Amino acid sequence: MIFMDVEVKNIHKRFGPVHANNDISVTFKGGNIVGILGENGAGKSTLMKILSGFQPADSGEIWIDGRPVDYHGPRAAIAHGVGMLQQDPLDVPAFTVLENFIYGAPGGMNLNRPQAQRQLSEVSQRFGFDLDPETPINRLSIAQRQQLEIVRLLALGVKLLILDEPTTGISAEQKNVLFEALRNLAKNDGLSVLLVSHKLEDVIALCDEVVVLRAGKLVGTKQLPATTDELVTLMFGEELAPHQPEDIEFGDTVLKLDRVHLASKRLSITDLSLEVRAGEVIGLAGLDGSGQRLMMRACVGLEKCVAGDVFINGQRMTGQAYRSFMQHGVSFGAAGRLEEGLIAGLTLTEHIALVSERGMVIDWARARQHTETQIKLYDVRGHADNMIEQLSGGNQQRVLMALLPENPVVLVLEQPTRGLDVDSARWIWQQLLKRRADGTAIIFSSAELDEIVTYSDRILVFYAGQIYEIRDPDAVSIDELGRLIGGDFQSSDHVERLA
Amino acid sequence: MRKNQSLALQLALGIAPIIISLVITAIIILVVGADPAEVVERVWSGAFRDLTSTARVVNFWLPLTLASIGLTITFTAGLWNIGVEGQIMVGALFATFASREFASLPTAVVIPIEIIFAVVGGMLWALLVGVLKTRLGIHEIFGGVALNALADVGTIFLVSNAWAPATGATAQASERFAPSTLFPALSGDFPVNWVVAIVTVIAAIVVIFSLRGTRWGLHLKATGKNPRSALLLGVPTERTALSAFAACGALAGIAGAHRVLFTFGDLRPLASGGIGFLGLLVVLLVSIRVLWVPLATFVFAAIITGSTRLRISLQLDQSLAGVLQGTLVLVVILFQGVRQRLEQRVTQGDGDEPQQSFSPISAEMTE
Repeated sequence: MIFMDVEVKNIHKRFGPVHANNDISVTFKGGNIVGILGENGAGKSTLMKILSGFQPADSGEIWIDGRPVDYHGPRAAIAHGVGMLQQDPLDVPAFTVLENFIYGAPGGMNLNRPQAQRQLSEVSQRFGFDLDPETPINRLSIAQRQQLEIVRLLALGVKLLILDEPTTGISAEQKNVLFEALRNLAKNDGLSVLLVSHKLEDVIALCDEVVVLRAGKLVGTKQLPATTDELVTLMFGEELAPHQPEDIEFGDTVLKLDRVHLASKRLSITDLSLEVRAGEVIGLAGLDGSGQRLMMRACVGLEKCVAGDVFINGQRMTGQAYRSFMQHGVSFGAAGRLEEGLIAGLTLTEHIALVSERGMVIDWARARQHTETQIKLYDVRGHADNMIEQLSGGNQQRVLMALLPENPVVLVLEQPTRGLDVDSARWIWQQLLKRRADGTAIIFSSAELDEIVTYSDRILVFYAGQIYEIRDPDAVSIDELGRLIGGDFQSSDHVERLA
Repeated sequence: MRKNQSLALQLALGIAPIIISLVITAIIILVVGADPAEVVERVWSGAFRDLTSTARVVNFWLPLTLASIGLTITFTAGLWNIGVEGQIMVGALFATFASREFASLPTAVVIPIEIIFAVVGGMLWALLVGVLKTRLGIHEIFGGVALNALADVGTIFLVSNAWAPATGATAQASERFAPSTLFPALSGDFPVNWVVAIVTVIAAIVVIFSLRGTRWGLHLKATGKNPRSALLLGVPTERTALSAFAACGALAGIAGAHRVLFTFGDLRPLASGGIGFLGLLVVLLVSIRVLWVPLATFVFAAIITGSTRLRISLQLDQSLAGVLQGTLVLVVILFQGVRQRLEQRVTQGDGDEPQQSFSPISAEMTE
């Protein structure tokens, strides 16, 4: 067992006007699993990137085992025993699992495949990882890529492992495997683990203690066990009221899919018929790549139907472009905020002008005023002249909400709260539920099963292009839903095959 | 982003590349055994020794500015309109056609007709690139290069056949145009094409205003920065891209008309004189800031026109101007890279996880 104590002292980091890390000092003891908590923009990721060498601090020191160290770059950090698992695992897509494992190892070009393969399978077996050495990386699931990255970092001698939102996009079962491995490593090998997560239940399930950041400052540490409410209080300084579902009379059918066939390179959906009524919230559950994306895009005209028809408010829209769906009151919010939805390089005012100005000549004064109003209304932490990419993820999501039309007929949203903290996510849902109360139908996907169960009037479960419907979400537990998205439909009597 | 930087740094980043490329060029001049100071003096006098030489600079400046302004539109929309060279040539072809067809009409009537024909020609050639891109998915660089070649071949064919001089076809130049169909010069002492000068000024003002103050300008910018997001925000991205091509082609067409109906007085292969490609460099150089275009084009016009006399006076090849241009462009683009890195350092991560959005695990990207 090799314990390694890591201490950060008086870390400062500024990004322009934002003081992302303000005099942070904290010690991480070897063999401990520590949750790093804080709302969006609190400075968690910044601190982790400084620790793992991805960016330098403006000032402050890192001490390892009582000695100050000074490293630049992730490689140097790994050499000192600090390794970080990115939200998006950084691996080489064309390589196989084994090649990726070897790649970056000391002795680089000196490939010893049999030995590496032995090492890989030993570690995989120990933790119950499902890694076939000859599988190309791009065939792996997110969970498998994470497992590979962990195995790789361990082989490189990492003694402090940092994980940034590791449970996003992986199944409950995969999460259990991951957590079990981390516990095993901490207890038996003395590995320290830092877990950055928005999911308090994950933190409670896994961690020994938590470190809480707020607005760039360290506001406290706490030994676990603790309740969710206690952690929320630490994070926000107040407790949040739980969501109270309200009963709403649904209106007429606003979106209708009639025997729709969809196909992409990897999967197809056949014979999907669905009616969505005004005010209804439909949650789409399923692992990444099970067909949710395909169906949502078909609902807004971004994906052509192979067969079948799409109706909006009774009007046949099959084959129409997204713009004419928009003109019929359909709005779409994609998962990748800066890839689809917002435009890096444009200011907030320019974004608002894009959706609000209708004349040939733009009245910038009016657009600016409108922007100021929206910033206040949607509680965006940012300035009208800020470029959108200068805002944190949570604030970008708020801007996206501000750009949506006031009273859309149908709102289709891919993972509307992805990467947001509890508070921001709840705020987003308040906005959505307000629109739903005005008769907007909402279709959304999420990797968070409790979000789906909490907010949906109906749930569609996607599994490899098959779609099952849950008519009564209240009757389904999160565990059951977790089994369903894994494809176990036999044991449940709450689902009905839809397509 | 730019606002976050100090003005001094901004200024230094702007001026440094110019100084560095001048130094590099001076070293090259020294290496080939000439005196840089003398070269500068000769280029200066070559460009501005009298009204006639100054007029020559202006007459090169005008079409270069037109093409460059046009290119700021396509660049803003995120399009590499390499085909601008061909659009200049087709504008010249259409103007030539008008000049030949309507030679009997009075000058005041025939000149607007020629300009309209040039506009239509350039526009059509540009729209062809645009349609190839939006409808058939052919990248505008490939489409543009192909259409450039076609325009050149078409010119040679017409020059040596239907439009050949009565004295015999040579593939060098067409029959001279009727004098009444040529663009008029301002005066004998200062022979500048005042018609195109006015058109250029108007075009510059309209484009500057459009890019800043109109919905079209905002659509261009949005489409250029992120067409997927722009589409989701309701921008008709396809139509916007086509309109950018059309506008650029129209301006390039007028540039072509100026070259044949004023500079040469006949149609000849390569009549554009590389103005289109030079315009691409200019616009990159000023990072698509349209206000700087006229200044940058003027400097290039002066250097190029001025250095034509280097061979005679200093036994230096006039391609020295090209050397200076080349180094300038390389150094400036290098500095733009430097600036971008600086800006990235400034903007990176205001807040918690902005990078996340650049590379999402997202959601079935490969579905």
